[in-house]
Amino acid sequence: MKSPDPFERQKKEYKKLVQQVKPKPTVLKNGIMAFLVGGAICAAGQLLTNYFKVQGLATQDAGLATSAVLVFLAAFFTGLGIYDEIAKYAGAGTIVPITGFANSMVAPAMEFRSEGMVFGVGARLFTIAGPVLVFGIVSAWLAGLVAYIISR
Amino acid sequence: MKKIGQQTVPFTNPPVIIAAACIAGPKEGKGPLKDSFDKVLEDIYYGEKTWEKAEQRIFQETMELALEKANLKTGDIDFMLAGDLTNQIIAANFTARSLAIPFIGLYGACSTMYEGLALGSMLIDGGFARYVLVGASSHYATAERQFRFPTEQGVQRAMSAQWTVTGSGAIVLGSEGQGTRITHATVGRVVDFGEGDASDMGAAMAPAAADTLLQHFRDTGRSPGDYDLIATGDLGKYGRQLVIKLTEQQAPALSDRYTDCGVLIFDESQDTHAGGSGCGCSAVVTCGHILDQINQGRIKRFLGVGTGALLSPCSCQQGESIPGIGHAVAMEAG
Repeated sequence: MKSPDPFERQKKEYKKLVQQVKPKPTVLKNGIMAFLVGGAICAAGQLLTNYFKVQGLATQDAGLATSAVLVFLAAFFTGLGIYDEIAKYAGAGTIVPITGFANSMVAPAMEFRSEGMVFGVGARLFTIAGPVLVFGIVSAWLAGLVAYIISR
Repeated sequence: MKKIGQQTVPFTNPPVIIAAACIAGPKEGKGPLKDSFDKVLEDIYYGEKTWEKAEQRIFQETMELALEKANLKTGDIDFMLAGDLTNQIIAANFTARSLAIPFIGLYGACSTMYEGLALGSMLIDGGFARYVLVGASSHYATAERQFRFPTEQGVQRAMSAQWTVTGSGAIVLGSEGQGTRITHATVGRVVDFGEGDASDMGAAMAPAAADTLLQHFRDTGRSPGDYDLIATGDLGKYGRQLVIKLTEQQAPALSDRYTDCGVLIFDESQDTHAGGSGCGCSAVVTCGHILDQINQGRIKRFLGVGTGALLSPCSCQQGESIPGIGHAVAMEAG
């Protein structure tokens, strides 16, 4: 049998104390910043898509070209050390769009370059993006399964 | 036996701080303590290819600078006690490789400087050494990549998060000479009140710091009023408030003379959120600012508590809470 924790009461009281002292996250400010920056990135994406369409690309190809440009820009600004400075204020606004995905791959690639190409860059490239891919793909399967069952 | 009470060792022949040196990073060099550092780096690579190499170079230069100030050679030093935050303490190990002084590697997380001072003082007062070299370092980027995210990753840090100090501090302790003396050391025990938030280390370590402080007062019969300044290592703004709350019943006089190295090293405009952290935080503040204050006669008696969060990325991911530790060292103007 597990012996009772002698500090149980102290721990409970301490938890309350920590909650009193701990600064609250600035939810409203973060929300507004995420909305503005995330919105700006998406608006830029829309402008790019429209531009590519005007240049004669089909809708799907215009979308692909837009992704490529946004991914390139995010990688570029990550390399310059600017992306994380924006993300500090924008939070989810810079994480959720495709630019965040690019950042999450370029950042570890830069960071682990010092451990070599294979066990550094190669092995660490997907440390952040890997879980996103895994759960993204699994949810897509599940959603597809549900859609398949409903449509029958 | 020399130990008094539960955890404290008073020194019969208090070891002397013969020399101290500290080197700090560029961000720290823009902070309020900038004039107390012996050297400020222009960038965190410090001309090296990797951050780990940069940290080793900073560490080694700090140790050599302390020896130079003490007018001693590596051969004069009986033991070197040092540690840092990198895996397997490579910054300290590689520095010891270059200096070739008999070496005891330490890991007390961010409490390492004070752990080293306590042990070094015991070696000297015990008659096992004449000179001991103590050092600790941390580096923002080597710590971030090991404990948290890649540095260029776009993440939003919590308001309670702290900023790992880039910097290194070194102290030469001697059995005789002129200077500030180390009079007591209270070795902390590991205390865990169940806090598991890795972005709020102050809250995880505050109970350990409070425990060591109260134990120090009980063991020595002293009270906060006996010290001109009391400082914890790297609890930050909120951890400091928690220590005050945890000790207000047993040591109410603490709050008006108590600060934290993590609070001192950065100012609000530097946007570090809760303040500084890391081995380098207590090391550079103690070796620079605080010893300056003692040597200038502004402080006569000082009590420092090096605080460490004894977690690993693995323990955090496995859902373990974060145990803390605090080692107290009392200093007195010579």
